[in-house]
Amino acid sequence: MDPLRRSPSPCLSSRPSSPSTPPCEMLGPVGIEAVLDQLKIKAMKMGFEFNIMVVGQSGLGKSTMVNTLFKVWKSNPPGLGVPPPQTLQLHSVTHVIEEKGVKLKLTVTDTPGFGDQINNDNCWDPILGYINEQYEQYLQEELLITRQRHIPDTRVHCCVYFVPPTGHCLRPLDIEFLQRLCQTVNVVPVIARADSLTIEEREAFRRRIQQNLRTHCINVYPQMCFDEDINDRILNSKLRDRIPFAVVGADQEHLVNGRCVLGRKTNWGIIEVENMAHCEFPLLRDLLIRSHLQDLKDITHNVHYENYRVIRLNESHLLPRGPGWVNLAPASPGQLTTPRPFKVCRGAHDDSDDEF
Amino acid sequence: QSFTMLARMGEGCRTVPLAGHVGFDSLPDQLVNKSVSQGFCFNILCVGETGLGKSTLMDTLFNTKFEGEPATHTQPGVQLQSNTYDLQESNVRLKLTIVSTVGFGDQINKEDSYKPIVEFIDAQFEAYLQEELKIRRVLHTYHDSRIHVCLYFIAPTGHSLKSLDLVTMKKLDSKVNIIPIIAKADAISKSELTKFKIKITSELVSNGVQIYQFPTDDESVAEINGTMNAHLPFAVIGSTEELKIGNKMMRARQYPWGTVQVENEAHCDFVKLREMLIRVNMEDLREQTHTRHYELYRRCKLEEMGFKDTDPDSKPFSLQETYEAKRNEFLGELQKKEEEMRQMFVQRVKEKEAELKEAEKELHEKFDRLKKLHQDEKKKLEDKKKSLDDEVNAFKQRKTAAELLQSQGSQAGGSQTLKRDKEKKK
Repeated sequence: MDPLRRSPSPCLSSRPSSPSTPPCEMLGPVGIEAVLDQLKIKAMKMGFEFNIMVVGQSGLGKSTMVNTLFKVWKSNPPGLGVPPPQTLQLHSVTHVIEEKGVKLKLTVTDTPGFGDQINNDNCWDPILGYINEQYEQYLQEELLITRQRHIPDTRVHCCVYFVPPTGHCLRPLDIEFLQRLCQTVNVVPVIARADSLTIEEREAFRRRIQQNLRTHCINVYPQMCFDEDINDRILNSKLRDRIPFAVVGADQEHLVNGRCVLGRKTNWGIIEVENMAHCEFPLLRDLLIRSHLQDLKDITHNVHYENYRVIRLNESHLLPRGPGWVNLAPASPGQLTTPRPFKVCRGAHDDSDDEF
Repeated sequence: QSFTMLARMGEGCRTVPLAGHVGFDSLPDQLVNKSVSQGFCFNILCVGETGLGKSTLMDTLFNTKFEGEPATHTQPGVQLQSNTYDLQESNVRLKLTIVSTVGFGDQINKEDSYKPIVEFIDAQFEAYLQEELKIRRVLHTYHDSRIHVCLYFIAPTGHSLKSLDLVTMKKLDSKVNIIPIIAKADAISKSELTKFKIKITSELVSNGVQIYQFPTDDESVAEINGTMNAHLPFAVIGSTEELKIGNKMMRARQYPWGTVQVENEAHCDFVKLREMLIRVNMEDLREQTHTRHYELYRRCKLEEMGFKDTDPDSKPFSLQETYEAKRNEFLGELQKKEEEMRQMFVQRVKEKEAELKEAEKELHEKFDRLKKLHQDEKKKLEDKKKSLDDEVNAFKQRKTAAELLQSQGSQAGGSQTLKRDKEKKK
């Protein structure tokens, strides 16, 4: 419903093939390209929304990373001296930040307590539940008769998963979590606290993780199947080669060679967060904010949300033939946390689903 | 389960200062790049009587010659002809659809002239709604055919709006953005034009026709849009012919008394139309179509089918109940109709059966009659035959008797006969 949403996704081949529409040569300037400025003005006025979730065990520097990314300083260093909570909690904070006239409503959902218990069975359920709940809210708004002009978007656009820097390979908890979450949300795994690994160790760790991901068919962002064209593929392949990024977070500034940089000070040197030679934080920042933010939102809206919608609508009773409406039964809690296959299985009512 | 959710804090009202450059100021560019790669879609509907220069104006607006089948004005009612073209300017690809009325205003009875237009607009909304309601849908690659703007061509009479114009615009104003234009404005003098515009505007107002207002809420365009709103309806001239004026080639129309330049703002409002329609408000026209006109259509359509949103105190899924109730009602009606049809069928079968029985009976009677007739005839013939046989027998008997006598007579009595004959002769 939100007009901005109609900028479409890379999911299907997006160039509308139209053999029957002849191209017309314009003999002079008409002014069609002014529509780009019109779009920009509209977007600036409406502002943007971005919802990011950080998942990982305590002590991996999640909150620091968020601060480093969005340069929003909190007065107290987060998480220090606070024991990890007994149960998994989800904690969302919303800020409105502005840069050069562009307003961004940023929501960060933290997950303290993830993976911290002795028995971590199903610790992903609350997270999946939260994500699906946001989809559900959006779906309900979309189905109203009298809809809002702009449906507030609380859906999680990106989930950053912090892998502890063990140097070996992905742990069973990581694999279980990634497998489930990649089917519902865009997941970007990162190697947290990478300053404890040397460059060679990082590379080896990264390769092993990539191998693990391939073995378990885990499709992290940017997903290869959504590459729109050859340029996208080239760009994204470069990124895919470096994922997971080895990152370090810092929210304190130090003086290095006369410059003021963000970094971590140790006895053996200062790790500059924004220095590509030291860590890959700039890659993460560029991916999430400077180049792929809109793409993250588009894939969430055009793929993940649509998948959820299809499942939801199929679950609720028989779809009638002929004029009718979708028959929504109340979602039972059990349904929302069970992971679904990425491509919805086609059942017996295959063709009839597409008719209305 | 063991899962607690702390409430969302600072819901949107806390603006926090940034301690450095983050980089999301590139967001509008990211958004625009996405749109550019997909291309844009714009659909114009031209409503106006035959001969008001609709196709010429489109050619002039987009500075090209649109190839299309020439409209055949042979159909009795009002038709709509739609053509889609691919245009490209620098890196912007536009899929432009131009829909024109054919034969509008040609009829003697124009009461229903607006109907095909309204039906067409509704059909595009319906198609979009159907797509939106599908389970598996592809909205982002859907070719949006909804009409974004309706250019209403007013004939340059200089007096007032025709009643056909008022009626049609009134029917369309809640369904589409209307921009009224005075066509072939070179037929009107400047002073007449001012009066004409005032008259048209006041007639539209007094009849409650809502035409499209160029938006004045954003300060970057408020001023220009505000001034332009005052110039409506735009008096336009279209021409694809280029003439040399001064030392430049310009699009113009040449008359013995002078040359009318299309792009000269002193001569006509063409430039204003192009500014407003394409360069300033194209996106707003698309947005209004989607958020206002389409939503209205959708709401009405769904309410018509009996659905409504819940009020805060009732259960959250009355949509389902309403649907179930409606569905049962529908099925019940269906069953009733089926029953009726079945009854009617049975009835008809009975009647036909009776008819056939009747016919059969008649046939039997006829058969019996004929049979009887046949038997009578047969009997008669047999009687005749019998009597004939009797005669034949009788004859035969006489014959044999006679032959017997003859043979006896010829032996013994033959001489006697001779003797008698001789005696007779003596």
